[in-house]
Amino acid sequence: MSKLSQKHLLGIKDITREDIELIFETAANFKEVINRPIKKVPSLRDVTIANIFFENSTRTRLSFELAEKRLSADVVNFSASTSSVKKGETLLDTVNNILAMKVDMVVMRHASPGAPHYLAKHIKANIVNAGDGTHEHPTQALLDTFSIREKLGSVSGKKIAIIGDILHSRVALSNIFALQKLGAKIMVCGPPTLLPKFISQLGVEVELDVQKALQWCDVANVLRIQLERQQIKYFPSLREYSLYYGITKKMLDGLKKPIVIMHPGPINRGVELSSDAADSQHSIILDQVENGVAVRMAVLYLLAGTAA
Amino acid sequence: MQKKLILDSHLLDITISRLCQELIENHRDFPDTVIIGMQPRGIFLAELIHKRLLKETKKEIPLGYLDATFYRDDFRRREIVAKASENRIPFIIEGKKVVLVDDVLFTGRTIRAAMDAMIAFGRPAKVELLVLIDRKYNRELPIAADYIGKAVNTLASQRVLVHLESDDISKNKIWLVNKD
Repeated sequence: MSKLSQKHLLGIKDITREDIELIFETAANFKEVINRPIKKVPSLRDVTIANIFFENSTRTRLSFELAEKRLSADVVNFSASTSSVKKGETLLDTVNNILAMKVDMVVMRHASPGAPHYLAKHIKANIVNAGDGTHEHPTQALLDTFSIREKLGSVSGKKIAIIGDILHSRVALSNIFALQKLGAKIMVCGPPTLLPKFISQLGVEVELDVQKALQWCDVANVLRIQLERQQIKYFPSLREYSLYYGITKKMLDGLKKPIVIMHPGPINRGVELSSDAADSQHSIILDQVENGVAVRMAVLYLLAGTAA
Repeated sequence: MQKKLILDSHLLDITISRLCQELIENHRDFPDTVIIGMQPRGIFLAELIHKRLLKETKKEIPLGYLDATFYRDDFRRREIVAKASENRIPFIIEGKKVVLVDDVLFTGRTIRAAMDAMIAFGRPAKVELLVLIDRKYNRELPIAADYIGKAVNTLASQRVLVHLESDDISKNKIWLVNKD
């Protein structure tokens, strides 16, 4: 018997270590479920979930939708590009209109940091943040840490390097919070222009040399360069970024130690990660995707589970 | 809190061995039989029965664990979320005779959920239910056990406390507890 400390999953910052462990335990049960011949359980049979995506997504949206369907929830999808948002409707009006149709949970991605927190103050449904701008992406961090734990046995004391565009990454921030709550040591690595100015105040190490970061870590979580969020030029060219920060299989093999390579996707092959490195035996990128469904099932199940 | 002993370890041992004899009577040499213990508390009884049958018949009957948490009908109706346990069914149940094992039969809702959960793994030829304690007059569904350790008259407000270990049977005891 157990319960999450929160009614919503807005960010990793708001949840406790016990919450994370409860989600992991439940996710392990669901991982067994999705590997059965019949991959579906009836738990969320009378629950309706709206996936509201104000920003593009393939993996996260598909993963949430599969998680919802495997829990037998009813699912409605909504994307901003084909909706009345284009006609000038506010966020609160849009969501309240959807809730008026008796929706129990909202999974939302939005380009503005804090959008789900704002919603949580004004509506009754459970909210799951599927990414809010450059702020947090809690389910990604949960599936990343779940994958690390699965691969290495535990997270506590392990050295994790987050490499790439830290400045624009919600994955980085959520990962830092999740890993710290579970007792990992964290390093961020990237060109100085792509590191937030006060990042070391979060208690993480900062490294500019990718070779040293790889040498230090047990796990390298490689992030995508988010060109769509970059209004100014942070580095001369993608080619130059790839030359100094791109990770290749040759570099990994040269380390003479085991290392785990992760990537939240989508990969820009040949930029932050070479093709042979992404497909190498070091990579657990596809395990991350599989675990994503199980972790999201656990989050939805635990949030929906208590009496309304 | 008032506690009344229903079965002590000696009587419990006799009961379990009687249940095994009943199983042998019906299943002879267990050609297509599998035992499935209900998580979380039915698995100890299932282990005890499995061990005893191995001793009596020299046959290793397949033993699995089933968790029905995700199939319960009280989801979103209680304050806390029921915690799931591991499913471990390392054999095919399609066409088999399943003996479902749980410690206490109360409202019957867990068994209803268990049958749904089990069918996700295949279609058994036959399903039987074995329980250690049958709480009579508390059923909310038309479900009855095929093998009963002891039938007890209880009030809905009372609780049956089962202490079962498969390793040290001398500590095994069952109490009826008044909640007040």
